[in-house]
Amino acid sequence: MLTEISTPETFTEEAFHAFHSRNVAPVPTWLESLRKNGWRRFADVGFPSVKEEEWKYTNVAPLIKTRFDLRDADNTSSIDSASLYCAEAENSTAVFVGNRFREDASKFGAVPDGVAIVDIVKAANDPKYSEVVRQHLGSVVDYVANPFTALNTAFLSSGGVLIYVPRDVKLETPLSLSFLPDASRKAPVAFPRVLIIAEQGSELTLIENYTSSSDATYFTNAVVEIVLHDNARVEHLKLQREGKEAFHVASTAVALGPNSFYNTTTINMGAKLSRHDIRVTFAAEGAECRVDGLYLVTDDQHTDTHSVIDHAKPNCSSHQLYKGILDGRSRAVFNGKIFVRHDAQKTDAMQTNKNLLLSNEARVDTKPQLEILADDVKCAHGAAVGQIDEEELFYLQTRGLPPDVGRNLLTYGFAEEIVAKINFDSIKRQLNESVLNRLQAQFES
Amino acid sequence: MLEIRDLYASVDGNEILKGINLHVKKGEIHAIMGPNGSGKSTLAKVLAGHPAYEVTRGEVIYEGKNLLEMSPDERAREGVFMAFQYPIEVPGVSNAQFLRLAYNEKRRHLGEEELDPLEFKDLLKQRAKVVEMDASLMNRSVNEGFSGGEKKRNEILQMAVLEPRLSILDETDSGLDIDALRIVANGVNQLHGPNTAMLVVTHYQRLLNYIVPDFVHVLSQGRIVREGGKELALELEQKGYDWLKASNGGPNGLGVTAN
Repeated sequence: MLTEISTPETFTEEAFHAFHSRNVAPVPTWLESLRKNGWRRFADVGFPSVKEEEWKYTNVAPLIKTRFDLRDADNTSSIDSASLYCAEAENSTAVFVGNRFREDASKFGAVPDGVAIVDIVKAANDPKYSEVVRQHLGSVVDYVANPFTALNTAFLSSGGVLIYVPRDVKLETPLSLSFLPDASRKAPVAFPRVLIIAEQGSELTLIENYTSSSDATYFTNAVVEIVLHDNARVEHLKLQREGKEAFHVASTAVALGPNSFYNTTTINMGAKLSRHDIRVTFAAEGAECRVDGLYLVTDDQHTDTHSVIDHAKPNCSSHQLYKGILDGRSRAVFNGKIFVRHDAQKTDAMQTNKNLLLSNEARVDTKPQLEILADDVKCAHGAAVGQIDEEELFYLQTRGLPPDVGRNLLTYGFAEEIVAKINFDSIKRQLNESVLNRLQAQFES
Repeated sequence: MLEIRDLYASVDGNEILKGINLHVKKGEIHAIMGPNGSGKSTLAKVLAGHPAYEVTRGEVIYEGKNLLEMSPDERAREGVFMAFQYPIEVPGVSNAQFLRLAYNEKRRHLGEEELDPLEFKDLLKQRAKVVEMDASLMNRSVNEGFSGGEKKRNEILQMAVLEPRLSILDETDSGLDIDALRIVANGVNQLHGPNTAMLVVTHYQRLLNYIVPDFVHVLSQGRIVREGGKELALELEQKGYDWLKASNGGPNGLGVTAN
């Protein structure tokens, strides 16, 4: 059993070499080494087991047991565009299908001059960007600590993209990155890799969108690295609405420069099994971040969020609110660590995780953790798990709302605190509808 | 409109109401008074259908129908309204959103067309005048962060929107300063007419200076022990509830109840 798990059939040494031999584009030596290091790390440790503390509540055995197809997506396959473009990011959308950045389907009319949105392999070869890519790719995220990140690094290819926002450039239109599974193969794997460099004083709003209505099995193994320089501002919305038989394992790693501001909201509602590791590091003074999220799961879905907010420098503030709504036999894990390093004085850190269980069979494991080594800080954290409040429900009933409508409304109200953060009406409407619809469907059945 | 006959109710196995009889006609205002623990709030909650209260005996007929067989939301759609002593906060749901949902739920029940957000906004603006409510409170979450007075006004606003036939005000005066009390009472009076009825549950007489009852019923230990006109409330105010105990020789004291 154990050997079967540690040497899964899909991700073999041969498969690793075969994958890259199919890609004719030459890569610089440093990138080749990075991939090899990623592969070596993954080959050494294999997929994580529940015996490891970081994976205690998330069993990836179903993913390991699935045989995936590592061949690349057909470059010319037609794209189901319905879910790709959001009204607010018109002419500002990068499209990815499987392991391919589909420039033909991407639209950049609203993206200002100087902003680069380039295939990561091309960027590594382009003298204009090779240095910045070499410097940051694989250095913001820790691929040694996470086998899935190591795997993504090993298979780093043209499914990746560099987004470079030059000094003082402010993108007025949000930039949307839409990731679609490759529909032309059975059980495909995609390794999305995004490197974002926001130079001094720049501003970017990013929508990272994984959406599929497909019922097919596939695996998204994504890594996003974001570097914010002095006074840069990045708003980052991640939407994980993968198909219901999908596996989604992703890492987001963010390095905050002096006085920068990073505000992110993650919505996790798709996939059979999802895991999101998010790490924000305060690498300089005066920076601020908000790291919020909502997970909404039902049936047999499993979702896991592991977050690390690392206050390495003084005078920074972080605010985190994660909410969960669980129905059916679903399970959720929230593990949030806040580190306040020895000299990170005047840190202001706050972390909250709240969960609403709509069924008796749903289960959540929540663990907020604070590790404070500095002495002049303001920190707070807390977690809560609850059910629909009967007094609230009665109140709504006395105003004429039937119990199902009342429950629905209270659940909607619970989610609203996070959904309200989203500034895009079209997405907000979709989310509100799916929050309400999902519950409606349950009450009708 | 409302006929309560020999009503017994308990919560967690404790019998709180021990044979209440009450008859309320259209156009009437009835005050239910009594000391703490006498069962007056229980009576209000039983009429609204709170699931924690179990009716063990008796019946309640509302507009010819068995009220106790209806769910709380059915009662509401049939025109029964209770203003809560402690209104509940509903985070994440705006006041306007909530009121429109409730209003349209009732319209649907009556076979009338629902109002869209714009039409409803006009209606809400009008009704908000009844309780001199600030428009900014409409877009805030229901009761969240509202002061005690704002919460009570919001209850009356809900009443103004839902236009109930029978309103039960549960200690609506508690926690109100004199100005807020006047506004709330004034709102209630505007909503009362020949086709509506009210049950005003209160510990103190002061609310009844503003909402003048036709009848006053005094509860003690789950029974109505005194009944009279509005002057009974004044007498209670002067003499206190201890006076009841002292003079309560027979089961009905000086009252006219025929238990």
